[in-house]
Amino acid sequence: MALLTVENLKTYFHTDFGLVKAVDGVSYEINEKEIIGIVGESGCGKSVSQLSTLQLITSPPGQIVDGKVIFEGRDLLQFSANGSEMRSIRGGQIAIIFQEPMTSLNPTLSVFQQIGEMLELHLKMDKEMQRKHSIELLKQVGIPDAERRIDDYPHQFSGGMRQRVMIAMALSCNPKILIADEPTTAVDVTTQAQLLALMQNLVNQYNTSLIIVTHNLGVVARYAERIYVMYAGRIVESGTCDDIFNQPKHPYTIGLLKCVPRLDEAEGTKLVPIEGLPPNLINMPSTCAFLPRCPYSIDKCREEVWPPLKRVNGQYVSCYVDTRR
Amino acid sequence: MKQRRKRQEKFMEERPPMSGWRRFARVFFGRKVVLFGLIVLALYVLIAIFADLIAPYDYKQINLQQVLAQPSGEHLLGTDTAGRDVLSRLIYGIRPTLIVGSATILIAAVCGTILGLIAGYFGGWIQTIIMRCIDALMGFPMLLLALVIAAVLGGGMKNIIIALGVASIPTFARVMCAQTLIIKENDYIIAGRSLGFTNWHLMWNHIVPNAFPPLVILATMNIGMVILMEAGLSFLGIGIQAPDAAWGSMVSAGYNRLTSNPMLSVAPGIAIMLIVFSLNMVGDGLRDAVDPRLRGTL
Amino acid sequence: MITYIIKRLIQAVFILLLLTFIVYGVMRFVPGDPLLMYLGATDIQALSPEALDQARQELGLDQGILVQYFKWLGNVFQGDWGKSFHFKADVLLLISQRMPVTIYLGVLAFFFSSTIGISLGIIAAVRRGKWADTVATLAANTAITIPIFWLGIIMILIFGVSLGWLPIAGFTSPFDDFWLSTKKLIMPVICLMIGSMGSNARLTRTSMLEVIRQDYIRTAWSKGLKERVIILKHALKNSLIPVITVMGLQVRFIFGGAVLIEQVFAIPGMGRLLVDATFGKDYMVVQGCVLVIGIIVVLTNLIVDISYGWLDPRVRYD
Repeated sequence: MALLTVENLKTYFHTDFGLVKAVDGVSYEINEKEIIGIVGESGCGKSVSQLSTLQLITSPPGQIVDGKVIFEGRDLLQFSANGSEMRSIRGGQIAIIFQEPMTSLNPTLSVFQQIGEMLELHLKMDKEMQRKHSIELLKQVGIPDAERRIDDYPHQFSGGMRQRVMIAMALSCNPKILIADEPTTAVDVTTQAQLLALMQNLVNQYNTSLIIVTHNLGVVARYAERIYVMYAGRIVESGTCDDIFNQPKHPYTIGLLKCVPRLDEAEGTKLVPIEGLPPNLINMPSTCAFLPRCPYSIDKCREEVWPPLKRVNGQYVSCYVDTRR
Repeated sequence: MKQRRKRQEKFMEERPPMSGWRRFARVFFGRKVVLFGLIVLALYVLIAIFADLIAPYDYKQINLQQVLAQPSGEHLLGTDTAGRDVLSRLIYGIRPTLIVGSATILIAAVCGTILGLIAGYFGGWIQTIIMRCIDALMGFPMLLLALVIAAVLGGGMKNIIIALGVASIPTFARVMCAQTLIIKENDYIIAGRSLGFTNWHLMWNHIVPNAFPPLVILATMNIGMVILMEAGLSFLGIGIQAPDAAWGSMVSAGYNRLTSNPMLSVAPGIAIMLIVFSLNMVGDGLRDAVDPRLRGTL
Repeated sequence: MITYIIKRLIQAVFILLLLTFIVYGVMRFVPGDPLLMYLGATDIQALSPEALDQARQELGLDQGILVQYFKWLGNVFQGDWGKSFHFKADVLLLISQRMPVTIYLGVLAFFFSSTIGISLGIIAAVRRGKWADTVATLAANTAITIPIFWLGIIMILIFGVSLGWLPIAGFTSPFDDFWLSTKKLIMPVICLMIGSMGSNARLTRTSMLEVIRQDYIRTAWSKGLKERVIILKHALKNSLIPVITVMGLQVRFIFGGAVLIEQVFAIPGMGRLLVDATFGKDYMVVQGCVLVIGIIVVLTNLIVDISYGWLDPRVRYD
């Protein structure tokens, strides 16, 4: 039994330009102490799917229209969006780190106020304990001079440091699952590696499962055990990290891998970008959304609806074409 | 559960995509209050134009036989202390209200824009001098400033327009100065300078058109305030006075007959509220439809 | 911080000089004898031409406008604010009698317009699109369109005359009879605060709606906090920043309104003094009132700017 199972999740948005099916029937699962990666281009619905599991979608314009999110045997989507059951899960059981460290922390509250309120809420600590524990957390995420810096405000920290504060905050109540939504996109490459290593370390230490959401296959390669590849609101391929990297089956995954530099490849191999643009999610055709960019397409792709995920050698792929040939 | 399903179905209905102009139209005309405001404004303008045809009596006609008549079929809103028909005076009162409102804003917008443009464009000591003077004027209540100016110049419509216009200049100058400071940092202005365009050309052809939308919105939103101030001045007895019909002085004149003839004060007050409300709503609608980001600033 | 305040105070003095000079200049445009600034028309007629000439020389009216202005300013610093021929009294004395009344009214109006206005705005933003929003927004939009002198009259008609609940005019010091004073102040304060209340509510609503879309509010939700905590602790402080700016400006509106309201309710405050002085061409009084009101407005703006720092730790004073 997986720790968290997401089944057939659908989240749609109404915009001035039409209905956007941001997440359209996504299913995935994560086990205890596991690290998984969800990979896709920006706008493919990977972040929205994560926000949906915690019912953090602003409605209107967004709405979760279908699906189940089973966490420890309970369907989270049955809880009312901001009711007490949902709130005890958020931050306490499932915590989330957002992409933009510059805007994700409240500019008018000190770091201590922002970490402390979580400890008070979920762990019922008093002020003194909160302080001790917060300083401990800041030290763990590698913020120097934590005793003094705890009363600083977010704008006094650099981007990387703010993301460390976010990590400290997210892990403060020892959640079962940590969702990292593009945690390293907004920081520079060296900091990126440090932050990922830090997160991996901490989730091991806390026995927390980690979902890394990213557009960068390189980021998940080192850390994730399994990978889900998303395209246009759906999962197009899933499998273990090794399988995805060594035997990618969906044309999109193949394309993604061709544009990531790899150390194990012969020198002189060219990086190949995927042709074309990501699909416009408004009024999509019922055929495969990758079709216009697909170099492998056959007639069947143009005639039939988007194929469901099907099992091929331990991986799941949604494609009519056997790309191995 | 059933209700939830229903909500979802409603949510799923497809809506057609929308162009920029259609978005404007949807936001602007989609709101009932904006529509209400537009209709009221149109009605006011029509009544002002055709006042001669609509008004049942001559608004200046004194009739000492019928002083302070109660509302009746003959005089729908009764008559005032000089026996003049209140409804007719109310109808003719639209003219000075609209004229003062628009003329004042025109003066304030033109002067304020020029001052703000010069201050923002040239910066340095020019900006310091102009904006400090504006700050000085801002350090004083608009109504009082207008009161002092009007007291010096004397009453009458022309002087009221000048007084209110001067008092409203700071608002426009400030917004224009801020806009200019933002726009002049754009690459096309810098490029224009290096190409040797004159300052005049850059200001007139590049900065003014770009600053125009917020200024138009600001103007719409300020007409209401000017009308309120004009009514206030008339109420104090320095604006447009009887026998000319101005709503503020009508309220003031009815003040002493409050218990016996409440309509004398009540009716013009409602007329003021209606037009100010409509102008504000149209201004709001315009702002949200053109650029929702202006919300915090205007 | 202290250097900032000193810098701002110097700026304030400069602004006040400019303001009083502008008003002084405007009043010099009065058609007719410049002696009118110092004496009433009837006084002038009563005096002989020689006496008038002497007065002109004493007052320095034969000199330039700047000289005269600085002469007035010098006298002000020595506590001589000139004489009112209309009230036959010292200007400084007159103002010090009238000022407390208006300040008391104004402070009450300012307090209620901020608290009620901001609360209405929060309710409207949080319940966006629901009936509470519709009611609060409509109330705010109506509040900013009411001519306050008219509202005063209507309230007198309803609560004073018809129902007889409240006294219709006058002012009693709260130190003499607190209960009577409060009863007399209810209607004037409502009239005075209504416009500012409406604009506070409107601005708080828009600002709050903007803030609750921010990333850090999403973070707050993701922590499992209650809506009440998110609104009051995480969103309110941020959304008050633009509201505070406007609240500084509203001091002007309250003073402007006081002119009308003191007239309607026959309250002996600064507003009435200024109106009487303006109509009586009692220019020394006008000049004195302008200075005092200017000082108050400029000082409140300074307080507002300092309170930014409390709301927003990003603000630095340098």
